[in-house]
Amino acid sequence: MSTTSTLSRRKKMMAWTGVVMLMAIFLLPMTGYISTGFVTVAEEQQVQEQQTNPRSDYWRLVRENTKGYSAVKGRETNELIQASGQNWRQLRNGPIATYGSWLIGFTLAVLAVFYMWRGKVELSHPRTGQTIERWTLNERRMHWLTAGLFVILGITGTSLFYGRLVLIPIFGHNGFSAYAEIAKWTHNILGPAFVVALFSMIVAWFKNNFLNKIDLEWFKAFGGMIGDKHPSAEKLNGGEKMWFWALATIGVALCLTGLVLDFPNFDQEREIIQVSHLIHVITALVLIAFAFGHIYIGTIGTEGALEGMVTGQVDTAWAEQHHDLWAKSVIKKESDSH
Amino acid sequence: MARMKFLCDEERCIECNACVTACKNEHEVPWGVNRRRVVTMDDGLPGEKSISVACMHCTDAPCQAVCPVDCFYTTDDGVVLHDKDMCIGCGYCLYACPFGAPQYPQEGAFGARGKMDKCTFCAGGPEEDHSHEELEKYGRNRLAEGKLPLCAEMCSTKSLLAGDGDIVSDIFRNRVIRREGEANTWGWNTAYKD
Repeated sequence: MSTTSTLSRRKKMMAWTGVVMLMAIFLLPMTGYISTGFVTVAEEQQVQEQQTNPRSDYWRLVRENTKGYSAVKGRETNELIQASGQNWRQLRNGPIATYGSWLIGFTLAVLAVFYMWRGKVELSHPRTGQTIERWTLNERRMHWLTAGLFVILGITGTSLFYGRLVLIPIFGHNGFSAYAEIAKWTHNILGPAFVVALFSMIVAWFKNNFLNKIDLEWFKAFGGMIGDKHPSAEKLNGGEKMWFWALATIGVALCLTGLVLDFPNFDQEREIIQVSHLIHVITALVLIAFAFGHIYIGTIGTEGALEGMVTGQVDTAWAEQHHDLWAKSVIKKESDSH
Repeated sequence: MARMKFLCDEERCIECNACVTACKNEHEVPWGVNRRRVVTMDDGLPGEKSISVACMHCTDAPCQAVCPVDCFYTTDDGVVLHDKDMCIGCGYCLYACPFGAPQYPQEGAFGARGKMDKCTFCAGGPEEDHSHEELEKYGRNRLAEGKLPLCAEMCSTKSLLAGDGDIVSDIFRNRVIRREGEANTWGWNTAYKD
Protein backbone atom coordinates (compact mmCIF):
# COMPACT_ATOMS: atom_id res chain seq x y z
CA MET A 1 0.00 0.00 0.00
CA SER A 2 2.64 2.47 1.08
CA THR A 3 4.96 1.58 -1.81
CA THR A 4 2.23 2.19 -4.34
CA SER A 5 1.37 5.56 -2.73
CA THR A 6 5.00 6.76 -2.84
CA LEU A 7 5.23 5.57 -6.43
CA SER A 8 2.13 7.49 -7.43
CA ARG A 9 3.36 10.58 -5.55
CA ARG A 10 6.67 10.38 -7.38
CA LYS A 11 4.85 10.06 -10.69
CA LYS A 12 2.77 13.13 -9.83
CA MET A 13 5.89 15.07 -8.93
CA MET A 14 7.53 14.13 -12.17
CA ALA A 15 4.47 15.18 -14.13
CA TRP A 16 4.31 18.55 -12.36
CA THR A 17 8.03 19.17 -12.87
CA GLY A 18 7.56 18.44 -16.53
CA VAL A 19 4.73 20.93 -16.79
CA VAL A 20 6.70 23.62 -14.98
CA MET A 21 9.71 23.05 -17.19
CA LEU A 22 7.62 23.26 -20.37
CA MET A 23 5.98 26.45 -19.18
CA ALA A 24 9.37 27.90 -18.34
CA ILE A 25 10.62 27.07 -21.83
CA PHE A 26 7.74 29.00 -23.39
CA LEU A 27 7.39 31.79 -20.87
CA LEU A 28 10.96 32.79 -20.06
CA PRO A 29 11.78 34.07 -23.56
CA MET A 30 8.63 36.15 -23.40
CA THR A 31 9.90 38.16 -20.44
CA GLY A 32 11.33 40.56 -23.01
CA TYR A 33 7.81 41.90 -23.41
CA ILE A 34 7.89 43.13 -19.83
CA SER A 35 10.24 45.91 -20.85
CA THR A 36 8.78 46.61 -24.30
CA GLY A 37 5.12 45.71 -23.89
CA PHE A 38 4.26 48.27 -21.25
CA VAL A 39 5.91 51.27 -22.83
CA THR A 40 3.45 54.17 -22.85
CA VAL A 41 2.00 55.54 -26.06
CA ALA A 42 3.87 58.82 -25.71
CA GLU A 43 7.17 57.07 -25.37
CA GLU A 44 6.40 54.97 -28.41
CA GLN A 45 5.68 58.07 -30.48
CA GLN A 46 8.97 59.54 -29.37
CA VAL A 47 10.76 56.37 -30.42
CA GLN A 48 9.13 56.51 -33.84
CA GLU A 49 9.99 60.15 -34.31
CA GLN A 50 13.58 59.40 -33.53
CA GLN A 51 13.61 56.58 -36.05
CA THR A 52 12.57 58.60 -39.11
CA ASN A 53 14.29 61.53 -40.65
CA PRO A 54 11.86 64.09 -42.07
CA ARG A 55 14.05 64.68 -45.11
CA SER A 56 14.16 60.99 -46.02
CA ASP A 57 10.42 60.82 -45.38
CA TYR A 58 10.06 63.45 -48.06
CA TRP A 59 12.11 61.49 -50.58
CA ARG A 60 10.21 58.35 -49.68
CA LEU A 61 6.98 60.16 -50.62
CA VAL A 62 8.52 61.15 -53.93
CA ARG A 63 9.73 57.63 -54.61
CA GLU A 64 6.32 56.14 -53.86
CA ASN A 65 4.69 58.33 -56.54
CA THR A 66 2.82 60.29 -53.89
CA LYS A 67 0.90 63.14 -55.41
CA GLY A 68 1.88 66.58 -54.21
CA TYR A 69 0.66 69.99 -55.23
CA SER A 70 1.59 71.84 -58.37
CA ALA A 71 0.43 75.21 -59.59
CA VAL A 72 0.80 73.81 -63.12
CA LYS A 73 -2.52 72.12 -63.69
CA GLY A 74 -2.78 69.05 -65.85
CA ARG A 75 -2.66 65.29 -65.94
CA GLU A 76 -0.28 64.03 -63.21
CA THR A 77 1.68 67.29 -63.10
CA ASN A 78 1.78 66.96 -59.30
CA GLU A 79 3.82 63.76 -59.46
CA LEU A 80 7.61 64.14 -59.33
CA ILE A 81 8.80 60.68 -60.29
CA GLN A 82 6.81 58.02 -62.08
CA ALA A 83 8.87 54.87 -61.79
CA SER A 84 6.70 52.38 -63.67
CA GLY A 85 7.72 53.90 -66.99
CA GLN A 86 11.11 52.23 -66.65
CA ASN A 87 9.45 48.83 -66.28
CA TRP A 88 7.30 49.54 -69.29
CA ARG A 89 10.35 50.42 -71.33
CA GLN A 90 12.26 47.31 -70.23
CA LEU A 91 9.35 44.99 -70.96
CA ARG A 92 8.45 46.55 -74.31
CA ASN A 93 11.95 46.83 -75.69
CA GLY A 94 13.15 43.61 -74.08
CA PRO A 95 11.21 40.37 -73.71
CA ILE A 96 8.08 41.41 -75.60
CA ALA A 97 9.98 42.61 -78.67
CA THR A 98 12.27 39.57 -78.62
CA TYR A 99 9.77 36.79 -77.93
CA GLY A 100 7.16 38.50 -80.11
CA SER A 101 9.42 38.31 -83.14
CA TRP A 102 10.23 34.68 -82.26
CA LEU A 103 6.54 33.86 -82.03
CA ILE A 104 5.76 35.34 -85.45
CA GLY A 105 8.85 33.78 -87.03
CA PHE A 106 8.21 30.39 -85.43
CA THR A 107 4.59 30.38 -86.61
CA LEU A 108 5.58 31.17 -90.19
CA ALA A 109 8.33 28.55 -90.12
CA VAL A 110 5.99 25.86 -88.78
CA LEU A 111 3.40 26.67 -91.46
CA ALA A 112 6.05 26.58 -94.21
CA VAL A 113 7.41 23.24 -93.01
CA PHE A 114 3.90 21.85 -92.63
CA TYR A 115 2.99 22.89 -96.17
CA MET A 116 6.11 21.26 -97.57
CA TRP A 117 5.37 18.08 -95.64
CA ARG A 118 1.59 17.80 -95.99
CA GLY A 119 0.85 19.99 -98.96
CA LYS A 120 -2.68 21.09 -99.70
CA VAL A 121 -5.46 19.03 -98.12
CA GLU A 122 -7.26 18.08 -101.30
CA LEU A 123 -10.81 16.93 -101.87
CA SER A 124 -10.97 13.15 -101.46
CA HIS A 125 -14.00 12.87 -103.77
CA PRO A 126 -14.45 14.74 -107.06
CA ARG A 127 -16.61 17.81 -107.01
CA THR A 128 -20.31 17.10 -107.47
CA GLY A 129 -21.04 20.47 -109.03
CA GLN A 130 -23.84 20.96 -106.53
CA THR A 131 -23.32 23.70 -103.98
CA ILE A 132 -24.87 24.61 -100.66
CA GLU A 133 -24.79 27.98 -98.91
CA ARG A 134 -22.20 28.19 -96.13
CA TRP A 135 -22.02 31.92 -95.40
CA THR A 136 -24.71 34.52 -96.06
CA LEU A 137 -23.83 37.80 -97.74
CA ASN A 138 -23.95 39.66 -94.40
CA GLU A 139 -21.70 37.11 -92.73
CA ARG A 140 -19.19 37.45 -95.54
CA ARG A 141 -19.30 41.25 -95.38
CA MET A 142 -18.69 41.06 -91.64
CA HIS A 143 -15.82 38.61 -92.05
CA TRP A 144 -14.01 40.56 -94.75
CA LEU A 145 -14.51 43.90 -93.03
CA THR A 146 -12.98 42.51 -89.84
CA ALA A 147 -10.27 40.71 -91.78
CA GLY A 148 -9.35 43.77 -93.83
CA LEU A 149 -9.21 45.98 -90.75
CA PHE A 150 -7.18 43.34 -88.91
CA VAL A 151 -4.59 43.27 -91.67
CA ILE A 152 -4.31 47.07 -91.87
CA LEU A 153 -4.15 47.43 -88.08
CA GLY A 154 -1.65 44.57 -87.87
CA ILE A 155 0.68 46.13 -90.43
CA THR A 156 0.46 49.66 -89.02
CA GLY A 157 0.75 48.42 -85.43
CA THR A 158 3.78 46.19 -85.98
CA SER A 159 5.33 49.05 -87.99
CA LEU A 160 5.24 51.20 -84.87
CA PHE A 161 6.60 48.34 -82.76
CA TYR A 162 9.32 46.91 -85.02
CA GLY A 163 9.68 49.78 -87.52
CA ARG A 164 12.65 51.35 -85.79
CA LEU A 165 14.53 48.07 -86.01
CA VAL A 166 13.43 46.91 -89.45
CA LEU A 167 12.08 49.81 -91.50
CA ILE A 168 14.35 52.73 -90.55
CA PRO A 169 17.42 50.95 -92.03
CA ILE A 170 15.44 50.54 -95.28
CA PHE A 171 13.57 53.85 -95.63
CA GLY A 172 15.74 56.15 -93.56
CA HIS A 173 14.59 58.28 -90.64
CA ASN A 174 12.58 60.84 -92.59
CA GLY A 175 10.96 58.33 -94.91
CA PHE A 176 9.90 56.06 -92.08
CA SER A 177 8.68 58.97 -89.98
CA ALA A 178 6.38 60.13 -92.82
CA TYR A 179 4.94 56.62 -93.09
CA ALA A 180 4.72 56.19 -89.29
CA GLU A 181 2.68 59.38 -88.99
CA ILE A 182 0.13 58.00 -91.47
CA ALA A 183 0.32 54.58 -89.79
CA LYS A 184 -0.41 56.10 -86.38
CA TRP A 185 -3.45 58.02 -87.65
CA THR A 186 -4.73 55.02 -89.62
CA HIS A 187 -4.32 52.78 -86.58
CA ASN A 188 -6.06 55.25 -84.28
CA ILE A 189 -8.99 55.87 -86.61
CA LEU A 190 -9.59 52.31 -87.85
CA GLY A 191 -9.14 50.80 -84.37
CA PRO A 192 -12.64 51.70 -83.13
CA ALA A 193 -14.08 50.47 -86.45
CA PHE A 194 -12.40 47.13 -85.85
CA VAL A 195 -13.90 46.99 -82.37
CA VAL A 196 -17.39 47.36 -83.87
CA ALA A 197 -16.69 44.80 -86.61
CA LEU A 198 -15.21 42.23 -84.24
CA PHE A 199 -17.94 42.62 -81.63
CA SER A 200 -20.72 42.24 -84.22
CA MET A 201 -19.01 39.08 -85.50
CA ILE A 202 -18.72 37.68 -81.97
CA VAL A 203 -22.41 38.34 -81.32
CA ALA A 204 -23.56 36.91 -84.66
CA TRP A 205 -21.56 33.67 -84.41
CA PHE A 206 -21.68 33.14 -80.67
CA LYS A 207 -24.34 30.40 -80.78
CA ASN A 208 -22.42 28.30 -83.34
CA ASN A 209 -19.30 28.08 -81.24
CA PHE A 210 -20.03 26.07 -78.13
CA LEU A 211 -17.47 23.28 -77.85
CA ASN A 212 -18.85 19.74 -77.53
CA LYS A 213 -17.84 16.07 -77.76
CA ILE A 214 -17.71 16.12 -81.55
CA ASP A 215 -15.02 18.79 -81.36
CA LEU A 216 -13.05 16.70 -78.87
CA GLU A 217 -13.00 13.84 -81.36
CA TRP A 218 -12.09 16.31 -84.07
CA PHE A 219 -9.07 17.47 -82.06
CA LYS A 220 -8.04 13.88 -81.32
CA ALA A 221 -7.85 13.27 -85.08
CA PHE A 222 -5.91 16.55 -85.56
CA GLY A 223 -8.80 17.88 -87.60
CA GLY A 224 -7.90 15.61 -90.49
CA MET A 225 -4.80 17.68 -91.17
CA ILE A 226 -2.53 14.79 -90.28
CA GLY A 227 -3.42 11.41 -91.76
CA ASP A 228 -6.28 10.60 -94.10
CA LYS A 229 -9.09 10.34 -91.57
CA HIS A 230 -11.92 12.84 -91.80
CA PRO A 231 -13.28 13.52 -88.34
CA SER A 232 -16.89 14.62 -88.06
CA ALA A 233 -17.68 18.30 -87.68
CA GLU A 234 -20.72 20.53 -87.47
CA LYS A 235 -20.99 23.82 -89.35
CA LEU A 236 -17.89 24.95 -87.48
CA ASN A 237 -15.15 22.46 -86.61
CA GLY A 238 -13.09 22.46 -83.43
CA GLY A 239 -10.33 24.56 -84.96
CA GLU A 240 -12.73 27.23 -86.16
CA LYS A 241 -14.32 27.31 -82.72
CA MET A 242 -10.93 27.76 -81.07
CA TRP A 243 -10.19 30.67 -83.40
CA PHE A 244 -13.56 32.15 -82.46
CA TRP A 245 -12.85 31.87 -78.74
CA ALA A 246 -9.37 33.29 -79.21
CA LEU A 247 -10.98 36.34 -80.81
CA ALA A 248 -13.72 36.47 -78.19
CA THR A 249 -11.16 36.57 -75.35
CA ILE A 250 -7.75 37.74 -76.55
CA GLY A 251 -9.38 39.85 -79.25
CA VAL A 252 -11.67 41.56 -76.76
CA ALA A 253 -8.70 42.32 -74.49
CA LEU A 254 -6.92 43.74 -77.53
CA CYS A 255 -9.90 45.97 -78.33
CA LEU A 256 -10.45 47.23 -74.80
CA THR A 257 -6.79 48.09 -74.20
CA GLY A 258 -6.68 49.72 -77.63
CA LEU A 259 -9.54 52.01 -76.65
CA VAL A 260 -7.68 53.02 -73.47
CA LEU A 261 -4.70 54.01 -75.61
CA ASP A 262 -6.72 55.68 -78.34
CA PHE A 263 -8.57 58.20 -76.20
CA PRO A 264 -6.18 60.17 -73.98
CA ASN A 265 -8.87 62.80 -73.53
CA PHE A 266 -10.32 60.84 -70.60
CA ASP A 267 -7.25 61.73 -68.52
CA GLN A 268 -6.31 58.13 -67.80
CA GLU A 269 -3.02 57.99 -65.91
CA ARG A 270 0.26 56.67 -67.25
CA GLU A 271 0.25 53.47 -65.20
CA ILE A 272 -3.04 52.39 -66.78
CA ILE A 273 -1.75 53.37 -70.19
CA GLN A 274 1.48 51.40 -69.71
CA VAL A 275 -0.32 48.23 -68.62
CA SER A 276 -2.83 48.61 -71.46
CA HIS A 277 -0.04 49.07 -73.94
CA LEU A 278 1.76 45.91 -72.82
CA ILE A 279 -1.46 43.85 -72.97
CA HIS A 280 -2.25 45.41 -76.35
CA VAL A 281 1.11 44.42 -77.84
CA ILE A 282 1.10 40.88 -76.40
CA THR A 283 -2.49 40.11 -77.45
CA ALA A 284 -1.86 41.61 -80.88
CA LEU A 285 1.21 39.46 -81.49
CA VAL A 286 -0.59 36.30 -80.30
CA LEU A 287 -3.58 37.04 -82.54
CA ILE A 288 -1.33 37.76 -85.52
CA ALA A 289 0.27 34.34 -85.01
CA PHE A 290 -3.23 32.76 -84.81
CA ALA A 291 -4.30 34.70 -87.89
CA PHE A 292 -1.39 33.31 -89.92
CA GLY A 293 -2.64 29.82 -89.09
CA HIS A 294 -6.22 30.78 -89.96
CA ILE A 295 -5.20 32.33 -93.27
CA TYR A 296 -3.03 29.32 -94.13
CA ILE A 297 -5.84 26.82 -93.53
CA GLY A 298 -8.37 28.99 -95.29
CA THR A 299 -6.31 29.51 -98.43
CA ILE A 300 -3.43 27.29 -99.58
CA GLY A 301 -3.88 24.75 -96.80
CA THR A 302 -7.29 23.40 -97.80
CA GLU A 303 -8.76 22.96 -101.26
CA GLY A 304 -12.12 24.66 -101.58
CA ALA A 305 -12.14 26.43 -98.22
CA LEU A 306 -11.77 29.96 -99.55
CA GLU A 307 -14.74 29.56 -101.92
CA GLY A 308 -17.11 29.43 -98.99
CA MET A 309 -16.07 32.83 -97.67
CA VAL A 310 -15.76 34.42 -101.12
CA THR A 311 -18.92 33.20 -102.88
CA GLY A 312 -20.83 31.92 -99.88
CA GLN A 313 -21.33 28.57 -101.66
CA VAL A 314 -19.35 25.36 -101.14
CA ASP A 315 -19.37 22.16 -103.16
CA THR A 316 -21.26 19.34 -101.46
CA ALA A 317 -18.15 17.15 -101.79
CA TRP A 318 -16.17 19.67 -99.76
CA ALA A 319 -18.98 20.06 -97.24
CA GLU A 320 -19.28 16.30 -96.69
CA GLN A 321 -15.54 15.93 -96.30
CA HIS A 322 -14.96 18.75 -93.83
CA HIS A 323 -18.32 19.42 -92.19
CA ASP A 324 -20.25 16.15 -92.66
CA LEU A 325 -22.83 16.67 -89.91
CA TRP A 326 -23.63 20.16 -91.12
CA ALA A 327 -23.77 19.04 -94.77
CA LYS A 328 -26.19 16.21 -93.92
CA SER A 329 -28.50 18.52 -92.00
CA VAL A 330 -28.52 21.15 -94.74
CA ILE A 331 -29.14 18.59 -97.49
CA LYS A 332 -31.88 16.97 -95.40
CA LYS A 333 -33.52 20.34 -94.77
CA GLU A 334 -33.43 21.13 -98.47
CA SER A 335 -34.91 17.77 -99.49
CA ASP A 336 -37.58 18.14 -96.78
CA SER A 337 -38.64 21.51 -98.09
CA HIS A 338 -38.99 20.26 -101.69
CA MET B 1 32.89 69.11 -73.41
CA ALA B 2 30.72 69.89 -70.49
CA ARG B 3 27.97 67.54 -69.40
CA MET B 4 24.94 69.73 -68.74
CA LYS B 5 22.81 68.94 -65.71
CA PHE B 6 19.93 70.42 -63.78
CA LEU B 7 19.88 70.40 -60.00
CA CYS B 8 17.11 71.71 -57.79
CA ASP B 9 18.10 72.39 -54.18
CA GLU B 10 14.91 71.52 -52.29
CA GLU B 11 16.15 73.37 -49.17
CA ARG B 12 16.08 76.59 -51.16
CA CYS B 13 13.09 76.28 -53.48
CA ILE B 14 10.32 78.59 -52.30
CA GLU B 15 7.76 77.49 -54.90
CA CYS B 16 7.55 80.91 -56.54
CA ASN B 17 7.02 79.31 -59.99
CA ALA B 18 9.17 81.99 -61.61
CA CYS B 19 11.13 79.29 -63.46
CA VAL B 20 7.87 78.01 -64.95
CA THR B 21 6.82 81.47 -66.03
CA ALA B 22 10.23 82.47 -67.36
CA CYS B 23 10.43 79.32 -69.45
CA LYS B 24 6.97 79.77 -70.88
CA ASN B 25 7.69 83.36 -71.79
CA GLU B 26 11.19 82.82 -73.18
CA HIS B 27 10.18 80.03 -75.53
CA GLU B 28 6.62 81.12 -76.33
CA VAL B 29 5.50 77.64 -75.30
CA PRO B 30 2.03 76.79 -76.66
CA TRP B 31 -1.10 76.86 -74.54
CA GLY B 32 -1.50 73.82 -72.29
CA VAL B 33 2.19 72.92 -72.42
CA ASN B 34 4.55 73.61 -69.53
CA ARG B 35 8.12 72.55 -70.01
CA ARG B 36 8.85 73.06 -66.33
CA ARG B 37 6.71 72.74 -63.22
CA VAL B 38 7.12 73.03 -59.46
CA VAL B 39 5.81 70.18 -57.28
CA THR B 40 5.28 70.59 -53.54
CA MET B 41 5.07 67.64 -51.19
CA ASP B 42 3.27 67.88 -47.84
CA ASP B 43 1.85 71.18 -49.00
CA GLY B 44 0.85 73.32 -46.03
CA LEU B 45 2.36 70.92 -43.49
CA PRO B 46 5.52 71.31 -41.45
CA GLY B 47 8.47 70.15 -43.53
CA GLU B 48 6.84 70.91 -46.88
CA LYS B 49 9.34 70.92 -49.68
CA SER B 50 9.25 71.92 -53.31
CA ILE B 51 11.15 70.85 -56.39
CA SER B 52 11.21 72.39 -59.82
CA VAL B 53 11.27 69.67 -62.47
CA ALA B 54 11.62 69.56 -66.23
CA CYS B 55 13.35 67.24 -68.67
CA MET B 56 16.49 66.08 -66.85
CA HIS B 57 18.41 65.25 -70.07
CA CYS B 58 19.16 61.69 -68.97
CA THR B 59 22.24 59.74 -69.93
CA ASP B 60 20.37 56.63 -71.06
CA ALA B 61 17.21 58.52 -71.89
CA PRO B 62 14.06 56.36 -71.73
CA CYS B 63 12.29 58.61 -74.26
CA GLN B 64 15.08 58.00 -76.73
CA ALA B 65 14.92 54.24 -76.15
CA VAL B 66 11.20 53.86 -76.84
CA CYS B 67 10.68 56.41 -79.65
CA PRO B 68 9.33 54.41 -82.62
CA VAL B 69 10.75 56.88 -85.15
CA ASP B 70 14.05 57.42 -83.31
CA CYS B 71 13.75 61.22 -83.35
CA PHE B 72 15.83 61.93 -80.23
CA TYR B 73 19.51 62.76 -80.14
CA THR B 74 21.99 63.78 -77.44
CA THR B 75 24.21 66.78 -78.10
CA ASP B 76 27.89 66.94 -77.19
CA ASP B 77 26.81 68.85 -74.07
CA GLY B 78 24.69 65.90 -72.93
CA VAL B 79 21.44 67.69 -73.78
CA VAL B 80 18.65 65.41 -75.04
CA LEU B 81 16.85 67.04 -77.99
CA HIS B 82 14.33 65.81 -80.53
CA ASP B 83 13.36 66.50 -84.11
CA LYS B 84 9.78 67.75 -84.28
CA ASP B 85 9.64 67.16 -88.04
CA MET B 86 10.03 63.44 -87.36
CA CYS B 87 7.89 63.21 -84.22
CA ILE B 88 4.55 61.49 -84.84
CA GLY B 89 2.97 62.30 -81.47
CA CYS B 90 2.51 58.70 -80.35
CA GLY B 91 3.05 59.47 -76.65
CA TYR B 92 5.54 56.68 -75.92
CA CYS B 93 8.19 59.08 -74.57
CA LEU B 94 5.65 60.32 -72.04
CA TYR B 95 4.86 56.73 -70.97
CA ALA B 96 8.55 56.01 -70.41
CA CYS B 97 9.76 59.28 -68.88
CA PRO B 98 10.17 59.18 -65.07
CA PHE B 99 9.87 62.98 -64.82
CA GLY B 100 6.74 63.53 -66.90
CA ALA B 101 8.67 65.89 -69.16
CA PRO B 102 7.19 65.25 -72.64
CA GLN B 103 4.06 67.29 -73.37
CA TYR B 104 1.72 67.34 -76.32
CA PRO B 105 -0.38 70.17 -77.67
CA GLN B 106 -3.81 68.76 -78.42
CA GLU B 107 -4.38 68.28 -82.13
CA GLY B 108 -7.88 67.38 -83.20
CA ALA B 109 -10.63 65.54 -81.37
CA PHE B 110 -10.43 62.99 -78.54
CA GLY B 111 -7.21 64.39 -77.12
CA ALA B 112 -5.20 63.41 -80.21
CA ARG B 113 -1.58 64.33 -79.62
CA GLY B 114 0.35 66.79 -81.72
CA LYS B 115 4.12 66.92 -81.90
CA MET B 116 5.86 66.44 -78.58
CA ASP B 117 7.32 69.45 -76.79
CA LYS B 118 9.76 69.39 -73.91
CA CYS B 119 12.53 71.34 -72.22
CA THR B 120 15.49 71.83 -74.57
CA PHE B 121 17.92 73.02 -71.87
CA CYS B 122 17.54 76.28 -73.85
CA ALA B 123 19.51 74.61 -76.63
CA GLY B 124 17.01 74.85 -79.51
CA GLY B 125 16.67 71.96 -81.91
CA PRO B 126 18.20 70.38 -84.99
CA GLU B 127 17.55 73.47 -87.14
CA GLU B 128 20.25 76.05 -87.77
CA ASP B 129 21.14 78.03 -84.63
CA HIS B 130 19.05 81.21 -84.18
CA SER B 131 17.02 80.47 -87.31
CA HIS B 132 13.35 81.40 -87.47
CA GLU B 133 12.37 77.71 -87.73
CA GLU B 134 14.29 76.84 -84.59
CA LEU B 135 12.62 79.67 -82.67
CA GLU B 136 9.16 78.63 -83.87
CA LYS B 137 9.53 74.94 -83.05
CA TYR B 138 11.83 74.78 -80.06
CA GLY B 139 12.15 78.27 -78.65
CA ARG B 140 15.31 80.25 -78.06
CA ASN B 141 18.77 78.76 -78.25
CA ARG B 142 20.50 80.39 -75.28
CA LEU B 143 23.30 77.83 -75.19
CA ALA B 144 24.40 78.92 -78.66
CA GLU B 145 24.49 82.49 -77.32
CA GLY B 146 26.82 81.34 -74.55
CA LYS B 147 24.10 81.59 -71.90
CA LEU B 148 22.64 78.99 -69.57
CA PRO B 149 18.94 78.01 -69.23
CA LEU B 150 16.80 80.96 -68.21
CA CYS B 151 14.89 79.13 -65.49
CA ALA B 152 18.08 78.63 -63.48
CA GLU B 153 19.61 81.98 -64.45
CA MET B 154 16.75 83.94 -62.95
CA CYS B 155 15.97 81.69 -59.95
CA SER B 156 15.73 84.16 -57.07
CA THR B 157 17.07 81.80 -54.38
CA LYS B 158 19.51 80.07 -56.74
CA SER B 159 17.77 76.84 -55.85
CA LEU B 160 17.66 75.69 -59.46
CA LEU B 161 21.12 75.21 -60.88
CA ALA B 162 21.88 74.44 -64.51
CA GLY B 163 25.16 74.01 -66.30
CA ASP B 164 28.24 71.84 -66.39
CA GLY B 165 27.56 68.95 -64.02
CA ASP B 166 30.95 69.26 -62.31
CA ILE B 167 30.49 72.94 -61.52
CA VAL B 168 26.88 72.40 -60.43
CA SER B 169 27.89 69.66 -58.00
CA ASP B 170 30.78 71.77 -56.65
CA ILE B 171 28.41 74.63 -55.86
CA PHE B 172 25.96 72.25 -54.26
CA ARG B 173 28.63 70.42 -52.26
CA ASN B 174 29.84 73.72 -50.79
CA ARG B 175 26.31 74.55 -49.76
CA VAL B 176 25.83 71.19 -48.11
CA ILE B 177 29.08 71.46 -46.16
CA ARG B 178 27.97 74.81 -44.74
CA ARG B 179 24.48 73.53 -44.13
CA GLU B 180 25.53 70.33 -42.35
CA GLY B 181 23.30 67.74 -43.90
CA GLU B 182 23.00 65.05 -46.43
CA ALA B 183 23.23 65.96 -50.08
CA ASN B 184 20.05 65.45 -52.05
CA THR B 185 20.95 65.58 -55.68
CA TRP B 186 17.36 65.14 -56.70
CA GLY B 187 16.80 62.86 -59.66
CA TRP B 188 20.49 62.35 -60.38
CA ASN B 189 20.45 58.62 -59.64
CA THR B 190 17.61 58.19 -62.08
CA ALA B 191 18.88 60.53 -64.74
CA TYR B 192 22.65 60.41 -64.88
CA LYS B 193 25.12 57.57 -65.19
CA ASP B 194 28.26 59.66 -65.80
